[in-house]
Amino acid sequence: MTDQRLHRQLGLKDDEYERIVETLGREPNRAELAMYSVMWSEHCSYKSSKIHLKTLPTEGPAVLVGPGQDAGAVDVGDGDAVVFKMESHSHPSAIEPYQGAATGVGGIVRDIISMGARPVALLDPLMFGPLTEPRNRWLLEGVVAGIGGYGNCIGVPTIGGEIRFAEAHSTNPCVNVMCVGFAKADELVTAQSLTPHVGSYMVLYGAATGRDGIGGVSVLASATLEEGAEASRPSVQIGDPFAEKLLIEASLALIEGGLLEGLQDLGGAGITCALSESAARAGMGAEVDLDAVPLREADMESFEILTSESQERMLAIVHPSKLEAVQALCRRWGLQTAVIATLVAGGTLTIRRHGDVIAQVPARSLADDGPEYDRPREAPATAEGTDPALTPFDGALDDALRTLLASPAIASKRWVWRQYDRVVQGNTIAGPDSDGAVIRVPGTLKGVVVSTDGKGRYGHLDPRLGAMHAVAEAARNVAVTGARPLAITNCLNFGNPERPAVMWQFVESIAGLRAACEALETPVTGGNVSFYNESGDSAIDPTPVIGMLGLLPDYRLRVPLGFPRPGLAVYLLGETFAELGGSEFADVVLGEVTGIPPALDLAKERALIDFLVAAAAEVRLSSAHDCGDGGLAVALAEAAIAGGHGFAVSVPTDLPPHVALFSESASRAVVSVAPVDEDAFEALAASHGVPATRLGETGGPRAVIEGAVDMLVEELADVWETAIPRLLGEAV
Amino acid sequence: MSEPKVGVITFPGSLDDADARRAVVAMGGDAVALWHAEHDLAGVDAVILPGGFSYGDYLRCGAIAARAPIMDEVRAFAERGGPVLGICNGFQILCEAELLPGALIRSASLRFVCEDIWLRVETSQTCLTRGLTPGETIEIPVKHGEGQWVATPGQLERVEGDGLVVFRYSAPDGQLSDATNPNGATNHIAGVRNPAGNVVGLMPHPEHAVDPDVGPTGGQPLFASLFEAALAGASA
Repeated sequence: MTDQRLHRQLGLKDDEYERIVETLGREPNRAELAMYSVMWSEHCSYKSSKIHLKTLPTEGPAVLVGPGQDAGAVDVGDGDAVVFKMESHSHPSAIEPYQGAATGVGGIVRDIISMGARPVALLDPLMFGPLTEPRNRWLLEGVVAGIGGYGNCIGVPTIGGEIRFAEAHSTNPCVNVMCVGFAKADELVTAQSLTPHVGSYMVLYGAATGRDGIGGVSVLASATLEEGAEASRPSVQIGDPFAEKLLIEASLALIEGGLLEGLQDLGGAGITCALSESAARAGMGAEVDLDAVPLREADMESFEILTSESQERMLAIVHPSKLEAVQALCRRWGLQTAVIATLVAGGTLTIRRHGDVIAQVPARSLADDGPEYDRPREAPATAEGTDPALTPFDGALDDALRTLLASPAIASKRWVWRQYDRVVQGNTIAGPDSDGAVIRVPGTLKGVVVSTDGKGRYGHLDPRLGAMHAVAEAARNVAVTGARPLAITNCLNFGNPERPAVMWQFVESIAGLRAACEALETPVTGGNVSFYNESGDSAIDPTPVIGMLGLLPDYRLRVPLGFPRPGLAVYLLGETFAELGGSEFADVVLGEVTGIPPALDLAKERALIDFLVAAAAEVRLSSAHDCGDGGLAVALAEAAIAGGHGFAVSVPTDLPPHVALFSESASRAVVSVAPVDEDAFEALAASHGVPATRLGETGGPRAVIEGAVDMLVEELADVWETAIPRLLGEAV
Repeated sequence: MSEPKVGVITFPGSLDDADARRAVVAMGGDAVALWHAEHDLAGVDAVILPGGFSYGDYLRCGAIAARAPIMDEVRAFAERGGPVLGICNGFQILCEAELLPGALIRSASLRFVCEDIWLRVETSQTCLTRGLTPGETIEIPVKHGEGQWVATPGQLERVEGDGLVVFRYSAPDGQLSDATNPNGATNHIAGVRNPAGNVVGLMPHPEHAVDPDVGPTGGQPLFASLFEAALAGASA
């Protein structure tokens, strides 16, 4: 008989407890309760989001593996598959930034290994509070050090990501991490590709199990952070990248050797999750011997062993005939192995310790039959506010441009990414200073292009539109390199789903994702939902972060971001409207995030993307850059800084000058074209229905926008490069 | 000219071992994977100790790997005059094994730094620089958090006095300044050699500087030199 109150301490609701009693036909004991509490946590069961996630488009010609596996996979031709997935590790990072971020990297890398793919790239979308606050600087420095400290030590390059800033992230920083892996399509490890047998062993290999990360998914990830959250520090896992590197090599060798019938990483909910999901996937049960689990402390209680989130562990299903080979291979890599269970017919997990049965539950009830909620939702009262485009602006336009380039959301992130190994594995064609990072498929000319984008401020004003913009911008960032966007993964960052206003934001965002992914034909291959990013009454802005994957058939045709030469024609693709709602200009220059975000016509976005892909192949764009945060003036400045060449343009418009320069109207890009290619370029744009306005030419040391800006590119570069180091108090 | 056989040792936690093998192949050599736990160099003509975090940098960077079984063979190979190159963690291992002078400690910034930098070649009396001219500069990436080369006063005097410095961090024109020293290394030293010149260690990564599609190409002449030395040793 358990204490009725224990289930509440473990994060289970009364009706969920009743459901467990119903499933078992009796009261659960302490160990069983611990298992259900982690598996039915929001983090593991997706109980608040599942019914909505089902509405997302998940199929397309390139999709090899959709949602439901450890990671999604797409076909990039010639039998090559790209595996990718994004996750969050926000709450652990808020409490212990270094270890929180480090173990986030470790977790997503193991998801990719579980698919039988070699991890080849990492990207880190991050969100912090303003860097004027010392604590936010501490969080940023700790998270960046943790990402580097782990990623740099496992031989996987960190090639991109983004960083955004908003007050609500002071208490709730968001740390998302995406991993990309390569495999041969016919060697992917999925539930369909391997057939476990009754009598096969479940072999735990890697690190020993300790008391770190007990109940991480239920205590940390599925509740809001309140005062005294530091007391949860024991729920933060501690990472050992050295063990992870051994795990990568051993796991890939085990798969290559055909020694496995199944493979799963241990992440949230630890052994409980791996055992129940592996058994449920096999349609079997298992006899589990907890005494076989290698422990760091011999006196650990059963529930601790079952729910520990100790890092760097994997669970393999191994036929008895292959056991010796598996053990030998792990030994070669210095990893210990333990046969902790045997698969049995039926669906029951029977767990023994010291000879006694300490838990006996249906595997499926843990893995698949968790609760599912259609939580109430209610649109919040819309905030009154003026459209910032209507606010007269009499400031100097060049000062405004300087302010924007120094805004940490726009400023160079070199301070961050120079701390990451971007070159290991030798396939990084373009890294974090590109709109879309490009990684070569080894031994081919194919480039896989990746971008991560979230639009929290737009989401705050209109969650549906914000989500659509996130998908569109991610697709555009891939397309400006010349690559065709193929599919997305995502991390959906929200507040507390038990509040109807947050649930409304979530459902609206899903509707936006659905619309954009359908229009751009970039299906969703999986992702992660991160709820409870709030404390007190301050929730983060609804922020779906998109990880977009695209394919460049020949990476040598990649279009760079910067103006590469003088004497090129500069064009603006797309149209500019009076749209400053939620813009960077409204935030950092006017100081008011009001109004509505820019409109997004998905048909126009689609046309732009199709054109960029066609133009890169057919007329050779000299450069192409997404026109996004900060608008046209910032896009021009960034292209000049990146390429080291100035420009002289005039912007024909009926809009007030500051609106024309800083409006964030969607579906636009700044490109440069060699004079000899101009006619073909204009004809191709016309045939795609994409407006192309010739603004002027590249060249000279100055950035000149007629009647508005006349500055040395060198000065713009200095403002842009030094802003973040200055905010962090470093000599520049 | 025949292909030199260049062995690349994999320790637990080596990260740039496959990259070093690929660079050897790209430059026209024959790459041989060697394993830390074996007493066998497979008859190679040159040995590379690659970058990474062998044994998780536990104890000190390179300290455990310096005592791995294969290091007995590396030591004997070096004594016979065989070309041995330590890159980044491999340099740390060679220092810990006392095959090279000095030690590598936390970089002055206390941060990991990954960027393309310039090196000034100080001597052509090594297996890695025999085809280069002193004073010449090459572009090449660094990526490390513990790359600050230091030495005792006596060691430093010998290293400088005997011309054991192989590379210094510099500007593209060869000028030395603190601004172009990524880790605060003593006298801007990026790489050193043994007195015979057949053992060389450096913090920057020549294996990441041979493929123009992914970075600078300053590593190409270094591999060309290494191959020459390997073949010279093989025929001797």
